[in-house]
Formats: sequence, structure tokens, C-alpha cells
Amino acid sequence: MFYKLHVDNDPALTPRPESWLMPTKQGLYCQPGDFHIDPLRQVPRAVITHGHSDHARPGHEHVLATAATLALMRTRMGAERAGARQQALAYHEPLAIGDVRVTLVPAGHVLGAAQVVLDYRGSRAVVSGDYKRQPDPTAAPFEPVRCDLFVTEATFGLPVFRHPPAEDEIKRLLDSITLFPERTHVIGAYALGKCQRVIAMLRQGGYDAPIYLHGAHMPVCDAYRALGVALGELRPATVAAKADLRGAVVLAPPAAMADRWARRLEDPVLCMASGWMRIRQRAKAGGVELPLIISDHADWDDLLRTIRETQAPEIWVTHGAEEALIHEAGKMQIRARALSLIGYEDEE
Amino acid sequence: MKAFAELLERLLYAPARNTKIALLLAYFTGRPDPERGYALAAIAGALDFPGAKPAVLKALAQARTDPFLFELSYDFIGDLAETIALIWPGTGTPHPPDLPSVIRALHNAPRDKIPGLISFWLDECDPSTRIALIKLITGGLRVGASLRLAQLALAEMGGVEVQAVEEVWHGLEPPYEDLFSWLEGKGAKPDTQERPVFRPVMLAHPLEAPELSRLDWAAHRAEWKWDGVRVQLVATPYGKRLYTRTADDISSAFPEILEAMNFHAVLDGELLVIRDGAVAPFSDLQQRLGRKIVSAAFQAKFPVGVRLYDILFDGVEDLRARPFDARRARLEAWFAMQQPARMDLSSLIAFTGLEDLAALREGAREAAIEGLMLKLGDSPYLAGRPKGAWWKWKRAPLSLDAVLMYAQRGHGKRSSYYSDYTFGVWNEKGELVPVGKAYSGYSDEELIFIDRWIRNHTTQRFGPVREVEKCLVFEVGFDAAQLSTRHKSGVALRFPRILRLRTDKPAAEADRLETVRGFIV
Repeated sequence: MFYKLHVDNDPALTPRPESWLMPTKQGLYCQPGDFHIDPLRQVPRAVITHGHSDHARPGHEHVLATAATLALMRTRMGAERAGARQQALAYHEPLAIGDVRVTLVPAGHVLGAAQVVLDYRGSRAVVSGDYKRQPDPTAAPFEPVRCDLFVTEATFGLPVFRHPPAEDEIKRLLDSITLFPERTHVIGAYALGKCQRVIAMLRQGGYDAPIYLHGAHMPVCDAYRALGVALGELRPATVAAKADLRGAVVLAPPAAMADRWARRLEDPVLCMASGWMRIRQRAKAGGVELPLIISDHADWDDLLRTIRETQAPEIWVTHGAEEALIHEAGKMQIRARALSLIGYEDEE
Repeated sequence: MKAFAELLERLLYAPARNTKIALLLAYFTGRPDPERGYALAAIAGALDFPGAKPAVLKALAQARTDPFLFELSYDFIGDLAETIALIWPGTGTPHPPDLPSVIRALHNAPRDKIPGLISFWLDECDPSTRIALIKLITGGLRVGASLRLAQLALAEMGGVEVQAVEEVWHGLEPPYEDLFSWLEGKGAKPDTQERPVFRPVMLAHPLEAPELSRLDWAAHRAEWKWDGVRVQLVATPYGKRLYTRTADDISSAFPEILEAMNFHAVLDGELLVIRDGAVAPFSDLQQRLGRKIVSAAFQAKFPVGVRLYDILFDGVEDLRARPFDARRARLEAWFAMQQPARMDLSSLIAFTGLEDLAALREGAREAAIEGLMLKLGDSPYLAGRPKGAWWKWKRAPLSLDAVLMYAQRGHGKRSSYYSDYTFGVWNEKGELVPVGKAYSGYSDEELIFIDRWIRNHTTQRFGPVREVEKCLVFEVGFDAAQLSTRHKSGVALRFPRILRLRTDKPAAEADRLETVRGFIV
């Protein structure tokens, strides 16, 4: 099940991870390769894990990422801002950058998302970017990689976050559509990844009617389709034609839900697809009628399982609720450190 | 248990009343006996499990989890039931316990076995179901669905009037299999003849200008409209109950009334605090409402009585089809014979026509009098609000000019508008102090105007509440002013509503607190 087995080295000769990989104010920096991973500011050379805007920022000189991530970056920020020189690297294909060997391995987060595996003089660090372990028809599944240092996120780093199977949540949505056939189900979903996953899972669940999209979602869905992801018939949702939307499923960015955009529809059922929907008060405060616990991120159990599977003796936590995760890692005899990188968001 | 959990969750989030009714209807139609009956009992608050208290649950959770992680999680979520449900180890089994077996076990198990049972069930359930389980056993469902909504769903299920469901309700026991059987057309209507059940009450329409000129005065009887709580007294050989007009059983809050009900009848009247024959303002009665245990000292401080105005049953004889005049004669005869303690008769007011009634209505400035009731002499006692039988003719509202201070969003179809307003008047120190909250009285156009005004003049937010610049003046109508210890201003208004917007009036010219105090009788 592991992508590549770790080769045991003489610990005396293996450099400690912090001697060649370090947090800087630009983000995580790999010194022997002279590049940043998911830099928070413009840098000469960037390796990008995935296309979400807090990880893929515009204006870097040289950008290395999977072909899908590059395509999504171009869709979202325009070809010029996505990097002056863009280089695609397929999953599992090692590339030497200076003294470092870089390999991208699926992270299961969104289409094109990759963990960055860094091998340097017998020492291996894996930078996960964001990741999840639940199945997703629109993203290649996460592969655990044994390593000496695992750099993880902790968006849902509290033991109360346990995401139910996403299929169960989609089933609740389909039940609601059956129960309220006259009402428009408007689903708040992040434009990149969540939106397409919800659509693909609705299709898997047997929902084959046209699905309507808020203007912000169409370009990303088109990019997904160009990259070979089937999404069925999609139509633009315009409030002007709200009579057509009776009984339909509409997807919109989370911000449009709080707005009067969604409320102008006829008797809408406001749904929100997010891991935060686990917390009732969050859902209620947002005026959500049908919260769907569907997340792009690993829940607490999957964070711990992943850390165990990497067998890493040390973890660094980039962002999220690191306090609980570091406490739990300590109980597992794993060294743990919070990087507290400022700029990654809890949005999903 | 899972279907019940799903129902509770959807009820919690559903903003609209009709949505909640649809959810309840789908559940009652789709789920088997006795599960649906126990769910109904849970929603109606008809279940109580001693020995399953929040402290027991917290101790169970802390024994099974890391205390540091528990505290971090509890801080993050802020709700104990939810924290326990989510942090409990494991994600359940494919076949969690069903609702009836949980309820039976809770009723039958000895107290010291209950924590072990709860622990076992939490292991078996997934996190969403655990929340429902915990809320069920600690008795704090708070799902935003009342017995009333459940009864409306049941009425729809059976294609009957909601009054028919209300009428049998208090004679039934969980899991209500006879009720569902009747509603599904499989069995007879449950027999509640001599049980102390609630009978749907007759309500009045407000008397407006058009009817005023048309009313046949000679055919109507007049009584004072007292500002108390409308109650129904039911006493049969099977038991005694005191109900509100919405069928809430408030017997336990008024033991002295129950004690005085030594008869076999169903009576309609007004519950009031009466001292030396004088009716105290509504705020005194409020002190007695919502209490489970009432001490003797408290009973003495706020002595209650019932002013009777109608009789529905005398013994087993149903009088509701008889005309008002006949019922009134029967009530007077009944009262003369029974002489029940803590009760008197609402007197009929003699009048000849509109002029002397109008004068009486305007002359009544006693705080406990809201106005007049007019009842058609030959009308039967009908459930609901029949047209043209009973009229309430409230005296003209008092009014004052107050300044908008805070606003909050409304509910249901008004949920995207700021429609709940807290307003205040100037005190002696020149500060604005809140005197009340109004949710009604404005037109749709005014609502849209005020909503936009609030969005453009917000100075601070406290969760859902917005504080606004203190410069919009309303003319606020109200029925009475009372002393209040709950408001900083020391006064509270009864039934405040917006009469009109006074955009022409500067805030500094709004009314002063001393003016409001002057309205207190």
C-alpha cells in the first residue's frame, strides 16, 4: 500500500530535516533545492500542491505542479499570473532539483492535488499540502508515504471532527429532494473541488437532472470537464429565471448563501457542504437548513491514521487546530511542532 | 433511532413552520409503531427519565476520553451534548438500538444501571444519533418543534381538524398506537368521554370600524375583557386539569385552583391575580407562570382566582351546542349551587347601544381591563375563531414616541429582514433606556424601509443583534404600562406594536421615561 518503501540509512549520516527544510515568512523553504512549497508571497521558484487560492498564489517566476493543478491555476488567475514559467510533473515521476529529488504523490484533496515528497541525502520529508482519505470520484486517492518528517495540515484537528461517509450525506440530500420536490435546493460549496465532488457524487447517487450553477462555478467545472471529469448536464443559474429552478439543485459559492442571492430564489432549501457543518451552531448561525458534512480535509481519525501510516518519527503542523494534534502526537511518541504559517485559511 | 435523529436534526434547522410540519408528517407516515409514538412523546415533552442527567453523561465522557482534548473540544463547541456525541470514541455500529427499546430500557432499568446502558448505546450509535440520544435522555430536545406543530402534522395525516386531535390528546398515553390507528382509518376515534381532556376553545375576532356600524346590539351580550390568562378548568371523576387556551397543562403551577375544583364540569374563564376583590396587573400573574413548584408564601403573595364566563360540560352533559344565553343561565345556576372557592362569575354589563358601550370602554382605565367582549346571544360554543359570534373590542391603545436602539432578524418569511425592534425613551440623566420590543404593526413597505435603514445605520453587532444610531423615532402603541424589574428602565409595556414611523421627528423630542411611568395605573 505504500508508494515507495523507505530505505533505512545510517542515522549518523542522515541530515536532520530542519537543517534543509525550514519555515520562512514566504512559507516552507527547501534549501538544497532552492524552492518554496505553497509560498504565501511571490518567489522565484514554487512547488504548488493544489489549486486553492491560499496555496496557489499568483505571480511566481517558476511554478512546478501537476498538469491539472496548473490548468486550474490558469483558469482561476489567468495564464500570465499562474507563473511566468510553468512546468508540469506527473504523479510518481521523480525530478531532481539541485541535490533534492522531488516526487508528487496524490493527496486526494481536489483534482491534481499532490503531496510533495522530498528526498535529500537519505532523509525524506513529505509535505502533504491539504489532504483527505475519503473516496472522491473527482480526485486520485491519497497514498501514504513512509518518511522521516511528515508536514501535515490540521484544519479539523480536534477529536470532535469525525466526518461521516460522504455518500450518506449525499443520500440525505437526495431524500430531501424527494421530500420537498417543489423547493430549490441551493448548495453552498467551494468553487474548486467541493462543487465538482458534490456534482459527481449526486450523479453516482442516480441524480441525472440538469444541475444549475452560480456564475462563479462554471469556469472551474468546465476546466474539470476538459481534464476528463464527467459532471453530466450543467446549466447557468440565473435568478431571473427562478421559475425554472423550482425543484432543481443549484450550486453556489458559500458567500452567495449568506447573501440575498440565494434568498431571492423561490422557497429555497439552503444547504452547505463543509466539514464545519458538523458543529450545529455554525450551521444554524449561517441560516443553513440542510447542513451536509462533506469535507476536502482529513478528519481527526484520518489525521491520526495518516500520521501512523507514514511512520514518521516527527511531524510539523502547518495550519489549523494544531494544539490538540500535537498533544496527541506526543502520546504516540512522535515529535511534533507547530509551524503556525500565517495565510492558509480554514475555509472549505 | 437513526430516523428519529435525522428528524430532530432537520427540525432544528428548518426555518419555516410549514417545513417543520411537512417533516413531522413524513416521519409519522413513514415510521412504524411504536417508534413514531415515542418520538411524538419526546417532542411533546411527555417523557422524563430520572437518573439520566447531564452530569452523569459528562462523567461518562471524561472517563472515556483524554481530559485535555475534551476541554479543548468543549471550549470549541460550547454545547455539552454535542461535544460528548462527537468526541465519544468510535463511529457506531450498522445497527444502533431502536428508539422504543431505548425508552423501555430507561423506564425499566434500576438507576445504578443507567450509566452503563447509556455508555453501551453511545458505542452503538453514530455521532448524529448520539446527539439525539443524549438530548432525548436528558430531556432537553429543544428542536424548535412544539406539540402544537406535531398536532397539526397529525391532523393533516388523518385528514381531520386539529381541534379533533387536541380533544383526544390529553386522554392518551405514549406510544399513542390508538391515535395513529384512528388517523390512518384503521381504528375508531379514541374514547375520551370522561377523561380530563382539553376541549378546543372559542376565540373572538377584533371589532373594527366596519362591523361597529352593522352590529345588532340587542342580540349581543357584553362583558369586561380581563388581562389574564385564558384557562379551561376540567374536572371529572378521572382527574382534574387546568389548561391554557393552547392546551398546555398548567395544573401544577396553580395547586390552589386544582384544590378548589371539586365538581364534575368543564368551564371556561380567565385566570387572574385577585387581591381583596381587585384584579392585579398582568405582571403579577406573570410571576406565577412557568413555575413547577409554588410555595405557600408565594401563593399568598400572588393569590390567584378564576373569573368564569362559560360552561362547556355539566357532568357528562355536553352544552356546547346550546346558545350562549342558555349556557349563561346554566352557568349562573351551576355557580349558585356549587359555590366553588377561588372563583367568581364574569358579570354581564347592561347597555342599550353603541354610545354607552363606547363610553364604558373609554372610561375603563384599570390596568387589568383590556376592553370589552361582545358575544352573540344565540351562538353555540364553537371551536376556533368562528365569524360573527364573539368580538373583542379593545380600548384604544396608549401610545408614545420611542427611539429605535437595537434590531434583530425575524423568523420564517421575515428571516432575511430586520423585523424585531428594541426601542427606548429618555431617562432623567438624558440616556436612552429600553422599554420594550415590537415585532408587528408595520406595513411591508415600512418593513423594507426600516430594514434598509438599519443596515445603513448599524454601529455595532452582538451576534444576531445590531445596535443602530439612535435617530429613528417610532410611534409605539401598547395596551398598558407596568413596573418591571427585568428592564433597566423599570417599566415594561404590554403588547407593544409599531403604529407608525416618525421620520419627521428628531430623536431628542421622543418621549421621556416619566411620561411612561405616568401610564402605570
